Amino acid sequence: MGNFPTTVKHCLSYEELIQDYPWLARWLQEEKRALTHEYPEYVKIVEVGPRDGLQNEKEMVPTRVKIQLIDMLSETGLPVIEATSFVSSKWVPQMADHTEVLQAIHRSSHVRYPVLTPNMHGFQDAVAAGATEVAVFGSASETFSRKNINCSIDESILRFEEVICTAKQRQIPVRGYVSCALGCPYEGPIEFTKVAEVVKRLYELGCYEVSLGDTIGVGTPGSMAKMLHNVMKEVPSSALAVHCHDTYGQALANILTALQMGICTVDSSVAGLGGCPYAQGASGNVSTEDVLYMLHGMGIKTGVDLSKVIEAGDFICKALNRKTNSKVAQASGDYSVHCRMKKINT
Amino acid sequence: RVKIVEVGPRDGLQNEKTLVPTEVKIHLIDMLSEAGLPVIEATSFVSPKWVPQMADQVEVMKGINRRPGVSYPVLTPNLKGFQAAVKAGAAEVAIFGAASELFSKKNINCSVDESLQRFEEVTKAAKEAGVRVRGYVSCVLGCPYEGQVSPDKVAQVTKRLYSMGCYEISLGDTIGVGTPGGMTEMLEAVSREVPVDALAVHCHDTYGQALANILIALQMGISVVDSSVAGLGGCPYAQGASGNVATEDVVYMLHGLGIQTGVDLPKLMDAGAFICSSLNRKTSSKVAQAACKL
Repeated sequence: MGNFPTTVKHCLSYEELIQDYPWLARWLQEEKRALTHEYPEYVKIVEVGPRDGLQNEKEMVPTRVKIQLIDMLSETGLPVIEATSFVSSKWVPQMADHTEVLQAIHRSSHVRYPVLTPNMHGFQDAVAAGATEVAVFGSASETFSRKNINCSIDESILRFEEVICTAKQRQIPVRGYVSCALGCPYEGPIEFTKVAEVVKRLYELGCYEVSLGDTIGVGTPGSMAKMLHNVMKEVPSSALAVHCHDTYGQALANILTALQMGICTVDSSVAGLGGCPYAQGASGNVSTEDVLYMLHGMGIKTGVDLSKVIEAGDFICKALNRKTNSKVAQASGDYSVHCRMKKINT
Repeated sequence: RVKIVEVGPRDGLQNEKTLVPTEVKIHLIDMLSEAGLPVIEATSFVSPKWVPQMADQVEVMKGINRRPGVSYPVLTPNLKGFQAAVKAGAAEVAIFGAASELFSKKNINCSVDESLQRFEEVTKAAKEAGVRVRGYVSCVLGCPYEGQVSPDKVAQVTKRLYSMGCYEISLGDTIGVGTPGGMTEMLEAVSREVPVDALAVHCHDTYGQALANILIALQMGISVVDSSVAGLGGCPYAQGASGNVATEDVVYMLHGLGIQTGVDLPKLMDAGAFICSSLNRKTSSKVAQAACKL
C-alpha cells in the first residue's frame, strides 16, 4: 500500500496515481473500451442484388438490363458483386442467361464477381464462362436442405467438397453460404451449435469466407449475438459475413450487433431487391443503400459511393416497374432534404 | 424491461393526410389499451386552426375507455391548451421543445428560449394541479433546416426541461437522419446532464435507421422507447418517406432480446390492421407485412 503520504497523494490526484502506476491507466482505459463499442474501421459490402435479388423477383429481367445493372454497380466502389448463378435453368429460369451475363459485363479490376455453383456441372460451366470466384450454398436446417436442393445437409456438403477441391486446384476462391442460421421456415428455431457445425465444415473444406444467412429474417439482435457466439468458437470472425433479411425490419439492428461482435463483411442487395419466397409480398434482402447510410454515419469506411448505388437502384426499379425497398432511396427522392442530409452524414 | 410510449393516435394520425373520424380514433386507442401498452398519447390540445386532425381533442379524451394503469398524455403547447386539457380530464401532458433554433422558429414561430419560457408556465400550472409533464426535444440528431445539431445544445434544452419539472424527456430524431454513431454521441452528452432513466428515444425510420438507433440507446441504458402502431405518420419533410418507427417492429426486436414490454403483439397487430383499413393505407410495419403473408 505504501506510506501514508503516498496514499493520500493518490487519493487526491488521479494524474499522480497514473504517473506512479502506468499499468492502472491501461487497465482503466480497457474498462472504458468495454463499455463503448469498437467497430471495424472498414466493412466489405458483398452486393447480391444481381443474383440473390433478381432471382427472387417475379418479373423476368432481360439480359441487357442485368448487364447494365452490374456495370452500374461496378462503378460505385462495391468490392464484390454476385453476378449470376450456374444452376439449371429448369429450376431458376431467371438465371438462364448466366453465361451471357458473365461474358458481357464490364469487369472492373477492383471488383470480384462470384457466381453460384451448386455442383460440379455448374462449376465447370462457370469456369468455361470465365468465372474467377464461385459460391456454394449449405443449410443449417435438414428440412430446408431437402426442400430446397432435394438432399440432406451431409449429401450437399459432399457435393460441395467436389466443387471446392476442384476450385482449389484451379486457384479459384470459394465462398460458402449457410442458410437458416437464425431460423427455418419449416423447422422454426435452429440449434446454433448445428449452425456452427455446418459453417466449420465449409470453412475447413476450403471456403475462404462463410456468409451466415437469416433466410426468413426472423432473427433479432439477441439471436444474432447467440448464433455468432457459437459460430465464432469454431471459425474466426475475419472469415465470416452476415446476410440479413429485413422481413421483420430487424436487418440493420442485426447487422449492428454483428459489427459489435467483430464481423466486418455484410451482404446486401441494391434497392432491397428480392422479396421473401416464404412470405408472399414481404420484404427480403436488406437494402445496400440503408446499410451504407448506417455504416458511413458511424464513420465506418466501405469505399462505396452511396449516391451511385442509389442511381443503380433507381435504374433497376424502373426496369422492373417496382418501388425501391430502400428507405434511404425513398427519402432521397426529396432532393433538397437529401442535400441537407448529405451535410450531416458525410 | 422497456416501457413503450405509443404515439400513433397523436403523432401518427397528426401526420396522416386523411382526416380520421372521431369514433375511429377512440376505437384505435381502446384497442391499443387492450394490447397492453402502458402509455398511449391520446390527442393534442393545439388550436384546430393549425392541426385540424386534432380538432376533436375533447371528444376523444372523453370518449376513450381509460384502462387502469395506463397513462394517456396529451400535447399542450401553452397554458391555454393545458387548461383545456385538464378540463377535458387529462392527467398527464406533454410539451415540445427543439434543439434547433430555425426549427423552433419555423414550427412554433418563436425561439427555443421563448418556447421554454412558455412551457415554464405550463409546468408551474401542472405542478399545482398535480399533473405530470413529459418533455419532447425535436431535431436531436439533425434538423431539416440547420443540418447538423450540436449534442451540447440538445443536452442544454433537455436539462432545462428536466429542471422545469418534466419527469421524462423524449429525444426525437425528427427527420430520421441519425445513425448509431450520432445517437451514441448525443446520448453521452445528454446523460451527463440528465439521469438516463428520465430519458426516452423517439426515432424516425425515414432512412431505415430506427431499430439500430433504438438498439444503441438500449445499450446505453435508455429504457423508454416511443413508437407508432403500424408506423403511422409519414415524414412531413420528405414527401412520401416514412416517419415514425412501427411499434410492432420495436416490440418484435425487444421480445426477441428477451426484454419485457407487457405488450401483446398479436393484439397490437390487430389495432394496426384496424387503423390501416380505416385509413385505406398499407401498414409501414414489416412485422405486420410479413405476419399476414405467412
